[in-house]
Amino acid sequence: MDAKVEPQGEAPGVDVRRQDGARSYLIGLLYAVPLTLASFWAASTSLVYPPAVPVLLAVLAIAQMGVHLAFFLHISSAPDQANNFLALAFGLFISGLVVFGSLVIMSNLNHNMMPMDALMKMQR
Amino acid sequence: MSAGEQALTGMPGVPLSLRGPAPTRVVAGFGFWLFLLSDIIIFAALFATYAVLSHSTAGGPSAAELFDKKHVFLETMCLLASSVTCGFGSLAIQRTDARAMYFWMGVTFLLGACFLAMEGREFASMVAAGSGPSHSAFLSAFFTLVGTHGLHVTVGLVWLVVMLLQVATLGFQPMVSRRFFCYGLFWHALDIVWIGVFTIVYLGAK
Repeated sequence: MDAKVEPQGEAPGVDVRRQDGARSYLIGLLYAVPLTLASFWAASTSLVYPPAVPVLLAVLAIAQMGVHLAFFLHISSAPDQANNFLALAFGLFISGLVVFGSLVIMSNLNHNMMPMDALMKMQR
Repeated sequence: MSAGEQALTGMPGVPLSLRGPAPTRVVAGFGFWLFLLSDIIIFAALFATYAVLSHSTAGGPSAAELFDKKHVFLETMCLLASSVTCGFGSLAIQRTDARAMYFWMGVTFLLGACFLAMEGREFASMVAAGSGPSHSAFLSAFFTLVGTHGLHVTVGLVWLVVMLLQVATLGFQPMVSRRFFCYGLFWHALDIVWIGVFTIVYLGAK
């Protein structure tokens, strides 16, 4: 790809201001490997307060996704990346709605359901 | 948009509507980016299904009993390394350096194939032990989610072979580079989905 700045904005994955391409991937690797190691450590250690482990795992996963987006997919908030960034934000918004919406609805249904033994008595 | 921002996007002072059509490279990349995001929404739906059903084991094995963390760690490292080598391959395409491209993309293919082989072995041993997708809602959700990711990796490997053949026969035409560029986006996006898989499915197992 040429380093020319496109007047309509850039494609995702292209960073016109970063000339040293290989360094970006190596820096990404340098961040991603410790984050992965930390995730696997957090899942098997007894050093962390157990109820806090899922939160720690979520934080590490989101951090690593951010590293991948920034250093491998070269998504940034630069003006020429505005279209890609907005599309990403919309995609994340819908994903969040789907995941959290499903969890809330299903836990609410579970909560409102008759206990299994009461259901059995009614069927008799 | 301030004047400084306009200078960064080229054609300062000209409104976006008057700047003419974007080059094919940008349009193709953006369109493929939209496809990837819709693909991620599919995965979001599968993640939601898995999260809802993960405790519905119907008396069968639970997630904590089934998964081997060392195995998953190796799979993760394979995919992470293949993401980086794919990046080096994309850089070689930008330099139109065919030898470096074949090397890095070959390594990417091998690492992706290693990942798939490990996942296939895990699936086969689970099915052989009677924990197939038909055993419980948890296992159905597990095989759907992880299997869909594996299917994407398989498609990625086939696509990579097709792209290597296209470079071999057509050379680094703009058309071929564009497709290869989209392939890179696809491969990196798959690695991002895998972060969700290993965190929620394998490490979050209780």
